[in-house]
Parts: sequence; C-alpha cells; structure tokens
Amino acid sequence: MLIFDADAWIICPIVFPLAASIFFFLSRRTGPVAAPVAALATGVSIIILLRQLLLFGPRHYYIGGWQAPLGITLRFDGPAVLMLAMTGLTGIGITLYARGYFSFRIAAPKRVGRHERQERFFWPLWMMLWAAMNGLFLSSDIFNLYVTMELVSIAAVALAALSGKPASQIAAIRYLLVSFLGSLSYLLGVVFLYKTYGILDLDMLQDIAGAAPGTRVALALITIGLLLKTALFPMHFWLPPAHANALAPVSAILSGLVVKGSFYLLFRFWFEVFSGAISIGALNMLGILGAGAILWGALQAMRQQRLKLLVAYSTVSQLGYLFIAFPLASLEGNMKVWGAVIFMAMAHACAKSAMFMAAGTIYLHIGHDRINELVGIRAYLPVTALAYAIAGVNLMGLPPSGGFIAKWLLLSASFNSMQWWWGVVVMVGSLLASVYVYRVVCQLFIIPEGYTIKKQYPRSHLLEWPAFTLALISLLLGLFAPYPLHILTIGSSNVATIIPGGPP
Amino acid sequence: MSREGVLLICILLSSALPGIIIFGLREESTRLRTGLNLLGASLKLTLVVAMDIGIAQGRVFEVRLLLMPGVEIFLNGDPLSALFATLSSVLWFLTTLYAVGYLEESPNRSHFFGYFSLCVTVTIGIALAGNLITFLLFYEMLTLTTYPLIIHRGTEKALLAGRNYLVYTLAGGGLFLFGVVWLQSIAGALDFSSTGLPVDLLGKYHTELVLIFALLIIGVGVKAAIVPLHGWLPQAMVAPAPVSALLHAVAVVKAGAFGITRIVLDVFGIENVLRLQLLPSLTIAASLTIIYGSVRALQQDDLKRRLAFSTVSQISYIALGVGLADQSLALIGGLVHIVHQGLMKITLFFCAGNLAETLGIHRISQMNGVARRMPLTMAAFTVGALGMIGIPPTVGFVSKWYLGLGGLASGNWWVLAVLVVSTLLNAGYFLPIVTAAWFGKQAGPWPQDRKFGSLETNWMLLLPPLVTAFIIMAVGAVANARFSPLAWVRFIVREYGI
Repeated sequence: MLIFDADAWIICPIVFPLAASIFFFLSRRTGPVAAPVAALATGVSIIILLRQLLLFGPRHYYIGGWQAPLGITLRFDGPAVLMLAMTGLTGIGITLYARGYFSFRIAAPKRVGRHERQERFFWPLWMMLWAAMNGLFLSSDIFNLYVTMELVSIAAVALAALSGKPASQIAAIRYLLVSFLGSLSYLLGVVFLYKTYGILDLDMLQDIAGAAPGTRVALALITIGLLLKTALFPMHFWLPPAHANALAPVSAILSGLVVKGSFYLLFRFWFEVFSGAISIGALNMLGILGAGAILWGALQAMRQQRLKLLVAYSTVSQLGYLFIAFPLASLEGNMKVWGAVIFMAMAHACAKSAMFMAAGTIYLHIGHDRINELVGIRAYLPVTALAYAIAGVNLMGLPPSGGFIAKWLLLSASFNSMQWWWGVVVMVGSLLASVYVYRVVCQLFIIPEGYTIKKQYPRSHLLEWPAFTLALISLLLGLFAPYPLHILTIGSSNVATIIPGGPP
Repeated sequence: MSREGVLLICILLSSALPGIIIFGLREESTRLRTGLNLLGASLKLTLVVAMDIGIAQGRVFEVRLLLMPGVEIFLNGDPLSALFATLSSVLWFLTTLYAVGYLEESPNRSHFFGYFSLCVTVTIGIALAGNLITFLLFYEMLTLTTYPLIIHRGTEKALLAGRNYLVYTLAGGGLFLFGVVWLQSIAGALDFSSTGLPVDLLGKYHTELVLIFALLIIGVGVKAAIVPLHGWLPQAMVAPAPVSALLHAVAVVKAGAFGITRIVLDVFGIENVLRLQLLPSLTIAASLTIIYGSVRALQQDDLKRRLAFSTVSQISYIALGVGLADQSLALIGGLVHIVHQGLMKITLFFCAGNLAETLGIHRISQMNGVARRMPLTMAAFTVGALGMIGIPPTVGFVSKWYLGLGGLASGNWWVLAVLVVSTLLNAGYFLPIVTAAWFGKQAGPWPQDRKFGSLETNWMLLLPPLVTAFIIMAVGAVANARFSPLAWVRFIVREYGI
C-alpha cells in the first residue's frame, strides 16, 4: 500500500479483519470487546466499496503498483461486491451472536475454563476466515485464489474442531482431508494452466483460453476441487457431520458463508474465464448433480432426528439450487441466472445462519436438539422460534423472501430456455423443503394445554436478535430485488452471454 | 406516485401496521390492542369506500413497483377489486368486533390479532392485485398468515387440520407458481385486462395454454375448495369461530373463487377461454362440487362441519357463474354471489360461534329449543339459512335467480336442474336446524350456560350477526338500488362487453 488513492478502499475488507485477527492472536482477551468493532469497520468498508462501484464502475487495483502478470491484482465488480455484502451482513450478525453465545456459556457454572479457551481461539480464527473470504471474492488471479481458499479452509477446519467433542474432531479431520484433496486438485489445475499459457491473471486467461485440451483438463481438475469444497451431491458426505457438530456460530459460518466461496469461484470460472471450453453435456451433468442434491438433501433432512443435522442436510439441498443454474445459463441470457445464483446465495446465507443460530440458542437453553422433544420452545424463546420459522419461509421459497426471487428467476429461466424439467425439480424441492421446515416449526410452536415453563432462563438479547434480524432480512430481501440485480449488472461486460463449445 | 396510488398503499397499511404493532404488545394491554384493531378496521373501511367512490367516478387507482426486471408489483383498483375489497373490509370490521368479544380472557391474543390483521392485509392485496404475479405473491402469503390462525388453539386436532391445510395449499401454490411462470414466459407482463391474452398466442401455444389454464385453476381451486381439492376445509373448522367466519366468507375460500374469476375474465379473457373451450370443464367441476358439498352437509351433525360443507357447495356457485361467462346474466349471478355468499356464511358462523361460546352447543342434535334461550342469534341464523336456500327477499335468491336465468339463456337446462337439486338439498340441511331451534323441545340442560346480564350473550358477539342478517335482508330487498352489490356487478360486467 504505497499510494492510498480512492481505489485503495478495495483492500480494506481484507486488511481490517486480518489486522483484527492478528491482534486477537496476540492479545487474547480483547476478542469479545473489539470483535464487533472490527466487524462493523469491515461492514463500513464494504459499504464504501459498494458506493465506489456505483459511482465509478468496476475497478482493478494493483497492489504496490505492479501490474499483472507480475503483481497481485485485486478487482471488484457487481457479483464480487454483492458477495462481500452477503459476507459482511451475515458476518456482523454472527459476530454479535457469537458474543452472546460465548458469554452465555461462560456464565454457566460448568467447564468455564474450556469455554473461555474456545472463545479465545474463536475470534482470531473467525476474523482470519473473514479476511480470507473477502480476499477470495476480490482476487483476480488463480494462484491468489488458491492461497485465499487455503486460508479459508484452514480457518474453517480449525473452527469446526473447536468444540472439542470426539464427534466434531472426527468430522473436522474428515473435513480437513476433503478440503486438502480439493485444494490439491485445484492447484493441479492451476499448474496445468500456468504450463499452457504462462499466466495466472483471470482476465488475461479469459481472453486467450480456448477449447484446447489442456484447458479442459485444467478446468476439470479445478471443477472437481471446487465441487468437493462446495459439497455438491454426492460429494456432500463430509458436510452434515462437520456443520452439525460444530459450535453454533461456527455452524452458521460454515453453512452460511464458507461453501458459497468455492461455489462463487466455480461459477466465475465456468461462465467467465472458461466459457469457451465448456460443453452442454458438462453443464447438464452439474445440473443433474444439483437436482440430486436438492432431492437427496431434502429427503435426508426430513429423516433427521436432530435439529442441527436437519439444518445441515438442508444446506446440502439448498446448494443444489445453485447448480441448477448451470444448464439454464447455457441457453438463457446469463443475467437472469446470475441473478438467481446471487440471490439464492445471499438469501441462503442470511437464512441458514439464522437457522443455525436459532438451533444453537435452543441447544444452549434446553441442552439437546432432539426434534421430537422441542415442544413449546416458543413459550420461552419466542424471538428465536419466530426467527427459525421466518428463515424456513425463505427455504420454502415463498414470497416475499429472497428465496422466492431466486426460485422465480430459476423457473422463469427454465421455461424461457425450454428446459422446464429443471423447473419441476425446483418446485418439488420447495415442497420437500416445506415438509422439513414444517416438522420443526410445528414442534417449536405447539404449546400443549396445561404446559408450564419448567425453568426460567436468563434472557440474552445477543442470542435472540441477531438471528431474528438476519431471518427478517432474508424474508424482506425479495422486496428490494431490483437493487442487487442492478448492482449485479455493473461490470457485466465480463458476463457476456456464452455459447457452449466456444464462439462461432 | 399519484394521490390515488397513495390511497391504495394506505389501504394495505391500515391493517398491516396495526398488525405489526399488535405483535409487539403485551398480552395484558387489551384496551390498546382493541383500540388499534378497531381504528385500523374503520380506517380501512373509510379508505375503501373512498376508493369505491373514486372508481365510480372513473378515476384510475394504480401503483407499480418494480420487483425484478420485467416483473412488477401492480396494485390496481378496478371495479371487480372494489367489490372484493369492500366486502372484505366491511366483514373484517364486524369480525374484529366479534373476535374481541370471542377471545376475551383466552391466551395468546396478541399473536392472534397480529396474524388476523396481516391476513386481512393480504386478502385486500389479493383484491387489489392488478396482475397475475401480484396476485400470486399475496395468494401465497395468505397461506402463511392463515396457518397460525387455524392452529391457534394448539390442540392435536388443530395441528392436524393445520398440517392438511398446508399440504393442500402449498401443493396448490406450487402448481400455481409453475403455471404463472410458464404463462409469463409465453405472454409477458400478465396485467389483468378485460380482453385477456393477445389472440395471436392462441394458435401458437394452444396446448400450452390449456395446460397452463388447468395448472392455474387447480392452484386456486385448492383454496376455493373445488371437489376433489376440498379436503382441508371441513377440518379447518377447528379454528376459533371468528377465524372460520373470515376463512369461509372472506379470506381463503373467497380468494380462491376470486382467483378463478380473475383467471377466466382478466388473464385469459372470456373470448379466448371460449375459443380454447375451457369453460365446460369448469362448469362441470363447479356443478359436481355444488351437489357433492350439499350431500355431505346433510350427513353432518357437527354444526360447524355442516356449515363447512355448505361452503364447499355455495362457493362453487361463483365458479358456476364464471363458467357460464358468455352469458352476462349468469356471470352477474356468479359475481354477485361473491358478496352474497360472504354475508350469509359469516352470519351463520357468527351464530354457530355464539351457540358454542354461550351454551357450549356444537352439535345440531343439541339445538332443540335453543331459539327460546337465544332468540336474536337464532333469528340471524334463520335469515342466513333462508338466504342459503334462496328464499326471497334474501340475497341468496338474487344470486340463484340470475344464475338460473343465465343457464336458461345459454340453453344449458341442466344448470337449472343443478340449482333446483342444490336448493332442495340446502333446504334439507338447513330447515331441520331452524325448525328444531324454534319449535323443538329442550331435551336437557345446556352443556354450559354463561350469563351476560339482560342480553342473551355478549353484545360484541350479538351485534355482528344481527348487522349482517339485516344486510342480507336489506340488500336482497333493494337489490336494484344504485349502490347495491348487484348494481355494482352490472357495472363490472358491462366492461367485458358480453
């Protein structure tokens, strides 16, 4: 950072949480106090970035003034800023919730030392993950992407293992291996590309990468790596245990944010960088896997006995919708599908983290999350129960939620591109989602006659309101759809309509 | 935004805002809650009447908000929406009063009245929707806002009913959404208009349009309780009486029937529907539902269940009238029944609620001689029942008269047969109740007996049915007056130029 000009704002969303992370590592007691400040600062920097985007359009920023292919290049455009905004919004919510969560646990008389230790590690890891996520959205060359992705993974695995229970240890180890495998595959792809073209910059690659065999192999390797990390069916096996056994704020981070990072890369690779090298068959393949994820995830979610596992399987299912977009994007104008994907990602991030927070709050209060024994939660956690229900509306895709807009765009794209069967999958998925949402909401909201509250718990606003606010945002997101969809079009020169098999 | 547009938004907000505030109120602040409810209800009524006057003067009420590129939320006050909106706001006012009396002392009232207000907001949204997408938005939200009302009591039975309600309505909603998106991909914006779809689409997309029509009609048919999609309705009557009243007269069932009307008249257009030959199937489904509902009603001993099956039957008069839309007389009969059925059914449910609340009577076999204990309630009930049978001068007669004339004019004599059979069946399940109540001998003590001073029951429970019973008689007697529902419906039908 030699010259701090207007463009230099682009590094703030990375530098702020990174600085916070280092700071929290060094001085371990400051986390709970300073984390909300750091989160807020990051949020503000993202808002400024958004303003820059609206005023000046998409930009590149060369760190230290070194141009590609030598230097590190960052860039921001519509999709990137929207993903940053998604992370920022959810991140602030999670930060506040985590404060409430840890202080609630530490206030409980048992195992105070262990809970304190967990909190001390949580803050630096979470800030590091956030910085790496932001870096991932802003990076503009494939090796930097590898680095940021690795950082995300390391932080995520460490966070997943934080709870210290055997189940979560095993899940975290498995998560680590899968992540590592994914990164390796991705790195191999990068090597292939570098060997073939001698460059790493995304824009340059986009200009020269054609349907050459080398490109295809590289794309296949990169895709497999990213699919593993995104947990697309049938590579989802590691996700439910890892997400369900983590601490509640960690589950919210993993399910709401982390999986979106690798997906975002995948989408950009397929539709911007290598749009010339992909075939309809491959697109349909991803669509089919997505459909499998929607149905399988939902069916599994319906069968779960534990709330957090149910929510985790619902993530598997919801991720499937993102992949339905692939075959649709091939024939339909790309903007609509980009809109669907970004909307799905944003709405799901808010709703899913709200759901995990609600589940965590319930767990903290009653000491278990067995679905059949959740009767009457509304009596003492009304805000949390409502948050869960509202987030559920989003998963069901009913208006006015953001999920509704996403599903509308997917349906509409599937009809316009004469592939109505994808629309059928989307509809069936929504109906199945309503079954698993209903199963829980129904329990939470029943107050049987003669029901008395057994135990009074201290009310913690930080546990209840962040979840509720995020759920509400996901519900009302649909009413403000034109704004994100407009932001998305900024820099859409990158997002040209692609023709499979290369330009004619 | 024009002044007219602001009015439309205010009509929606007049119940949405009180609803949201009520959610946050504490259980004990009864006065504030009641005040907010009544304030909202009267404000809404005033605003809707103002809109009616404006529409009669030919002013244009429109608001457009962009939802997505190419997709707009479009609120439009046309004569047909005015009909439904006026009905909803009048009956909401009365039902609010009734609900305040009915739920005195019962738990979770903030919850109840919050959803109650949101439910009415959404219903008015359905009335004011100016394109199919806006209709869809509110239609799906109606499911979400009514579900908590149905399960309000929280009993096993209520939850089961709620679950069935969700299964039916969400599945129907899914098909509806599918149809809407499909139609939008063919026809574009889908604003309601009296001419419907452009004619040139018909040749190009014949099969698709027939399929879409089926999807849409099934989608709204679930809420309109057309056989065999009616299964949820009789179970849903476990809800508290004001909810049943609202569900059967204004909100859910009526929204479905209103949807059928909109789809036939304003989305496809009468001409197009005739060209695609879609109406016969609708008429047949409606006729079957009319007969089936009445036959099932005959078999019920539970009063509210009998009323519920009667709704299944009566609501299809609207579909029947729309199914004969090429005949202006039949269409008039169908449309005016939107109002008339609402008035009659809400009266009957109010009365059933009064019997249950005051004397603990739920079954028809317990009703012998009840009119001596509760003469005013049973007088209102009798008026409603006679209306359902179609005896002049009640409003029920007006509906049936026009439907019959329309059926004859179109040469479909069987319509008349359906009406006659249904009338006989109506008489068969309503007259025994009425005679038993007035002339029967009380068999034993009432299941319970609550005293309310010199009145037979709480005045807030008594007033609403008396008012609606009076309207049933008055509107029926002066059906041709300038601002009667019938005159307004003629005004609507003129627009379609049949």
